[in-house]
Amino acid sequence: MTILKSGMSRRRLLQTGMAGIIGSGVAPMMFTKGAWAQEFCNNPTGDTVTLGLNLPLTGAYAEEGADEQKAYELAIAHLNGEGDGGLLNVLTPSALTGNGILGKKVGYVTSDSQTKSDVARAGATRMIERDGAIMITGGSSSGEAVAVQGLCQEMGVIFMAGLTHSNDTTGKDKRRYGFRHFFNAYQSGTALGPVLSNAYGNDRRAYHLTADYTWGWTQEESIKNTTEALGWDTVEAVRTPLGAGDFSQFLTPVLNSGADVLILNHYGNDMVNSLTQAVQFGMRDRQANGKDFQIVVPLFSELMAKGAGENIKGIFGTSNWHWNLQDPGSIAFTKSFGAAYGSPPSQAAHTCYVQTLLYADAVERAGTFYPPEVIKALEGHEFDGMGNGRTLYRAEDHQCMKSVLVVQGNDAPTSEYDVLNVVEEVDAATVDYDPSIFGGELGPAEPAPVCA
Amino acid sequence: MFEVIFLQFLNGLDKGAAYALIALGLTLVFGTLGVVNFAHGALFMLGAFCAVMFRQFLTLETVTIDPTQTSPWGAPLEIRTPLVQAWFGDFGAVLVNYSVPFSILITIPIMLLLGIALERGIIKHFYKRPHAEQILVTFGLAIVAQEVIKSIFGPNPIPQPMPTDLRGAADIGSWIGFQANVITYPLWRLIYFLFSAIVIGGVFAFLQFTTFGMVVRAGMADRETVGLLGINIDRRFTIMFGLAAVVAGMAGVMYTPLLPPNYHLGMDFLVLSFVVVVVGGMGSLPGAVAAGFLLGILQSFASMTQVKDVIPGIDQIIIYLVAVVILLVRPRGLMGRRGVMES
Repeated sequence: MTILKSGMSRRRLLQTGMAGIIGSGVAPMMFTKGAWAQEFCNNPTGDTVTLGLNLPLTGAYAEEGADEQKAYELAIAHLNGEGDGGLLNVLTPSALTGNGILGKKVGYVTSDSQTKSDVARAGATRMIERDGAIMITGGSSSGEAVAVQGLCQEMGVIFMAGLTHSNDTTGKDKRRYGFRHFFNAYQSGTALGPVLSNAYGNDRRAYHLTADYTWGWTQEESIKNTTEALGWDTVEAVRTPLGAGDFSQFLTPVLNSGADVLILNHYGNDMVNSLTQAVQFGMRDRQANGKDFQIVVPLFSELMAKGAGENIKGIFGTSNWHWNLQDPGSIAFTKSFGAAYGSPPSQAAHTCYVQTLLYADAVERAGTFYPPEVIKALEGHEFDGMGNGRTLYRAEDHQCMKSVLVVQGNDAPTSEYDVLNVVEEVDAATVDYDPSIFGGELGPAEPAPVCA
Repeated sequence: MFEVIFLQFLNGLDKGAAYALIALGLTLVFGTLGVVNFAHGALFMLGAFCAVMFRQFLTLETVTIDPTQTSPWGAPLEIRTPLVQAWFGDFGAVLVNYSVPFSILITIPIMLLLGIALERGIIKHFYKRPHAEQILVTFGLAIVAQEVIKSIFGPNPIPQPMPTDLRGAADIGSWIGFQANVITYPLWRLIYFLFSAIVIGGVFAFLQFTTFGMVVRAGMADRETVGLLGINIDRRFTIMFGLAAVVAGMAGVMYTPLLPPNYHLGMDFLVLSFVVVVVGGMGSLPGAVAAGFLLGILQSFASMTQVKDVIPGIDQIIIYLVAVVILLVRPRGLMGRRGVMES
């Protein structure tokens, strides 16, 4: 046996060293880090990491889905150090270097969710189990978001939601593994109320047509609460099937209902069809109760506005973001996206791009893909530079708290993209709310060992 | 209340017009050739895409770069000029504006040729085969047509704007003595109803008052005897298949401003139209038209809030409910003839 000069044997040195390591608390981290490599779903072991893009490329919200795909491809290119870097240059604080995520090149797989919850869930399952996706993102409907984030909670895979506006997504159906950058119906109501009051007064009678699923229900509820607080009456709230196409049978009763405002809780192609048909029924030329009949679309997007054409002029709504904002983040994103695709990005594209970067940044800050650590890095994280002002990823419900835009259809557009005007930017403090009002439980962060 | 009921009645006429036009074509094919044509909905869809194609042709653009202006993302601005307007000036603009009604002019020959080719190429080989085989082959054709359109035009609906002059609503109430703006109804929907009435009237007049129609009706009643008289009834029946395709195609064209067409449009109407044909009575042209309007109107009334408050979901099942009741009371449908599809 070799005797060291100090008189300590090698065995003794090892024993003492191990005891010291254990005593100083380094061991649990070391062992855990070793365990992460073994125990979590789709831990990337090669030199690439795969993201799962769940996109509604067909169905009622297909226009948004197509724009989302462009945004994801752009974000992944920027993460891999390609192109002009986009929002990587303006995100603060940022751990992103343009060298992939944790040095691994970012790849992706896609699935067409068809704007259907069950198809979205099946697609996400396939991308996790077959394609090895480390994170799932996308979707344009809250039905999809709620279904997929439930699945992701079960499988221990992080879900960065795309366009989802229902209160339920970060309310009663919130999940530890689900994160939403987009705003919600409650915040739409809070932002829109004062503008509607100024424009149309406090003595109005509203008729709601509502898409019959989670988003429509919560938007109807939030907007009703807002307008009734203004003093408006709600004449009727009628549910319409998603993707109804012909809304004439629902619009006809509005004409003689005594209502003087029609509130369309519709989105995507449904909104384009229902608004176009409402205008065909002469609703914008009508008088009711001695006032000009008005139409309100609480959730607007540029793509819908473009699809609805002239019918959109003068109509109020809210948006998560608009390409014409003049902050450095919005300018940088519009420039990157426009140069790549020849058109300005939609709010759906923006939220999906931002979500991808936020996930990558959280992984870099956590130093691992291990989901519970990434979740910790996202919860309570504050950032700026992404086009919505200073933003907080609230830990209690995983809802991003940031400013909300009130927009109006442009009366005198200068180009085919100049369809919406930003009327007001409502700050984050005004649209803040107590996360407990919508109930729900986030659930545990430790992943279930179900993913092969 | 009268206004509400009247408006729902108009809605019913509008829906019924589409059902009746498709059911009319289905019945023409069944009555003449004895073929249960599940590809008929696809013909409606193909007609709609004739309008899409025509508009896409009319709106082909040239792109020039204007280096003095920039886009919002800092690139030189692209100036797009529609070719047709560049060539024909104001008339080109009118053509684009009225592209939907003008597209009927190209739809008629396209659908006629397509119908004849379909009948001569495939359907004729199945005349003497069981109805189940006819259904299988025509359903297969419908799926092929669907997939072809999907691969060319994509899966999403393509909006077809109606002419700007016809976009508003007509004040029907003031025509019948009501106050202004009490009963208003979209102008295009009224045009669609009138259009379908003219087409249906035209088909009936053609069958009733022309020699060709008389021979066809004779053939529908007794094909063998007409054949024994030395008349080539097969050729006339082929033309009738083409005529049915034209009727379906025109119905599809005029429906595009009401519902942006996608590849699935035909299937959406097919099942309902078959119910209409069965309720009207297999092989009965007046039955198909009557049942189309009847079921359209009932569906419209069933969607009234007052009705749905009493029976939730009735608007989704009313057509099938009425079909069950009518078939129980009159097993051959409203105007069905003895011996049709009865062994």
